[in-house]
Amino acid sequence: MAGARTYDVAVIGGGVVGCALARRFTLDGARVVLLEKAADVLDGASKGNSAILHTGFDAPEGSLELQCIREGHAEYLDIHARLNLPLIRSGAMVLAWTPEELDQLPELLDQAQRNGVADVEPLSAADIRQLEPALAANVLGGFRIPGESLIDPWSAAHAYLRQALDNGATLMRQAEVRRGRRVGGQWEMETTAGPVRAALVINAAGLWGDEVDRRLTGESWFTIKPRKGQFVVYDKPAAALLGHILLPVPNKITKGVVVCRTAFGNLLVGPTAEEQDDRIHATMDRAALEALRKRGEEILPALRDQEITAIYAGLRPATEEKHYRIRADQAENYITVGGIRSTGLSAALGIAAHVARLAGRREQTLSDPVWPCMPALSDEVRRDWQQSGNGGIVCHCERVTRREIEAALTGPMAAGNMGGLKRRTRVTMGRCQGFYCSAELARLTEGRLSEPMLAGTRRDE
Amino acid sequence: MSERVEEVDVAIVGGGPAGLAAAAELRRLGVARVAILEREAQAGGIPRHCGHYPFGMREFHRLLRGPDYAARLVRRAEAAGVVIRTGTTVTALGPGGRLTISDDRGLATIRARAVLLATGVRETSRAARMIGGEKPGGILPTGALQGLVYLNQQKPFERPVIIGSELVAFSALLTCRHAGIRPVAMIEEGDRATARWPVPLLARLFGIPFLARTRLETIRGTRRVEGVEIAGAAGQRSLQTDGVIVTGQFRPEASLLREAGLAVDPATGGPEVDGWGRLSDPAYFAAGNLLRGVETAGWSWAEGRRAAHAIAASLRGDLRAGDRPRPIALDHAALKFAMPQVLPMAPAEGRGLAPSLQIRLATPARGRLCLWQGDRLIAYRRLNHRPEQRILMRLPTIEPNAPPPRLTIE
Repeated sequence: MAGARTYDVAVIGGGVVGCALARRFTLDGARVVLLEKAADVLDGASKGNSAILHTGFDAPEGSLELQCIREGHAEYLDIHARLNLPLIRSGAMVLAWTPEELDQLPELLDQAQRNGVADVEPLSAADIRQLEPALAANVLGGFRIPGESLIDPWSAAHAYLRQALDNGATLMRQAEVRRGRRVGGQWEMETTAGPVRAALVINAAGLWGDEVDRRLTGESWFTIKPRKGQFVVYDKPAAALLGHILLPVPNKITKGVVVCRTAFGNLLVGPTAEEQDDRIHATMDRAALEALRKRGEEILPALRDQEITAIYAGLRPATEEKHYRIRADQAENYITVGGIRSTGLSAALGIAAHVARLAGRREQTLSDPVWPCMPALSDEVRRDWQQSGNGGIVCHCERVTRREIEAALTGPMAAGNMGGLKRRTRVTMGRCQGFYCSAELARLTEGRLSEPMLAGTRRDE
Repeated sequence: MSERVEEVDVAIVGGGPAGLAAAAELRRLGVARVAILEREAQAGGIPRHCGHYPFGMREFHRLLRGPDYAARLVRRAEAAGVVIRTGTTVTALGPGGRLTISDDRGLATIRARAVLLATGVRETSRAARMIGGEKPGGILPTGALQGLVYLNQQKPFERPVIIGSELVAFSALLTCRHAGIRPVAMIEEGDRATARWPVPLLARLFGIPFLARTRLETIRGTRRVEGVEIAGAAGQRSLQTDGVIVTGQFRPEASLLREAGLAVDPATGGPEVDGWGRLSDPAYFAAGNLLRGVETAGWSWAEGRRAAHAIAASLRGDLRAGDRPRPIALDHAALKFAMPQVLPMAPAEGRGLAPSLQIRLATPARGRLCLWQGDRLIAYRRLNHRPEQRILMRLPTIEPNAPPPRLTIE
């Protein structure tokens, strides 16, 4: 395998889990490469989620998922300030709207206690209305989970990867793993970006986890059953209606429709939970979006007068079983991290720590790692448009400056496509959806994205 | 770091036709310090990227293309002594005319004796219309298309579908024509084109099928648009296309107002104004398409000029505070909005923003449009109109002690 670079660890998949794995193994002293098949990271399941840092109060008892959420939550609290990542301690409320749901509350409270989330507080309907005056009057009761928080789902993952890169890791994009085999105690993989050699391979390929298993080991012990979630996002004035994350009483399949603010100062309603076979297309449909809007208005009646800013759909990499599918093959130096269906953002750091223990590698932990400072995108903190030398605002709805766009187009983690630029800066993600700034963005990004903005070629005039 | 604080007599937020017209007129009326705060790199507003005719008949008595028209408005304002600050975004509207701005140097405060809000409109996005499908490249509002075609000389697609048939669809058609883009169809949910002229005529002239009673349901494509699903009377079918132009359904750019707690009319999406264009905080006035979607550049320009007179009167202390404003109640399902929303006691006083009540319908209606105050009919006119058509009604004198006015269709 001529020309192959050799790494200690190859992580396949640049979602939030892959980024956290790259960070963990790098900080533990390994030479890491992250392989992402798309033009930019966070292009699959991590593209669309509800951006909540969960406590695990309702995770299956005694599960690996619970352990990873608890550990991941704790580590996020520990590191977010050093990485300049937002943490909005909104707290959440589980709300019962029917007598049946009300009957389930005691069991959920018990479960939270057993899951180690001891600070949950039962709330009467009157308590709830006092805490959230904009809420519909027909709420029957609930409880509060103070530790549930809002975070920026993309900056978090970018920060994990950025810290890995700043401490020596390598990112290869447009590097889809074709096949691989073990040669002399090493993995040799063929990717669309060239050969890669590594001692340990970790499959964190999300929606393609089973496929990557098959390509490398010839078989897979689980099957991805994508579960689509559609979301509706309201304009920023709507965020003033609400403090807490509003959670429904969960059923067996899903946490149900959540209403919450976002770290960017919007308000979000979603997700749906729709099983499908397709792992590429996350198709939105009007009926489901209308149903979300209706549900949102039932919960927060004042949403009727608020404007919808964005709609999106994400695919969760669920499998035929509910629990995480994490397994290490010590003999083959191969670890699969699969089925991280909907708590990946909360659990990523915990999953990475768990996988590091599974791998049991003995490298020299970095004594003084570099801590990157991520751009501040949350309105809770001082943004670039409030500071001198910002170059002026380009995206007016989200107040993204020329300097921020420039920064996102340069460096070791420069945006690879428009999706990546949006996730790094929030351009065009606001209420006008590109009405005002598309032309300027086309000029600023010209020749600088490996997958260019579809603005067309310039005509000679 | 010391915060920058500046003072002006009148700050105008937005340098489009309404803002530029108001600024020049305020200077002509003798107001000393008039500043336009424009967030783009150049003033001129939407006409700046409408590289086609017809603009300027009302203002310059000649036919101009949008960019030339915008440039003339800018020159006229500058010649009148207006300060135009481009690259300057107003980020918050404080009580009494205290504005927070952001520019390259960061944050600053501008204290103005009066503020004119002229932030205009944007088209309703694909997201706000809840059009299903995926999010590939090649889905553009007309505003973005014009920017790419006229400002950048780019051609984002070859064969797009045009959604909507308001007057702006005419602009989309001309923009496509200019760039050598051949739309495959224009689709409209209503039973005929919203703009009766010249949109259907132009579409026919360019050989573009016009599909009425048709709705865009789904956009297909991963990287770029590959096709759309449309639903009409004959059921659902596919159209091969590589782009979607989402036109019209203009809505006022009013988020700053909502965040500032200024009264916003859900019906227009713009501020609640009185007969002088004054908002719930009397330091603030509004003009142009921020008041409602959507009128022509010329109409916005005329509103800007009238707003200048109201503001000048206000600065002189000649405008009585509307001590008992009379909100107009809409008392018929076909009525979408009436603007101004609040009638002052004596509309004859000063030179008001709106010489007339501007009314729009939600559904087609005919009959007699009547404005009642108690059992007194204070204004009326014949009605045979469709939504999006402009309906004007003489602004009547209001009896101070009579009940609030009520607008209905009989």
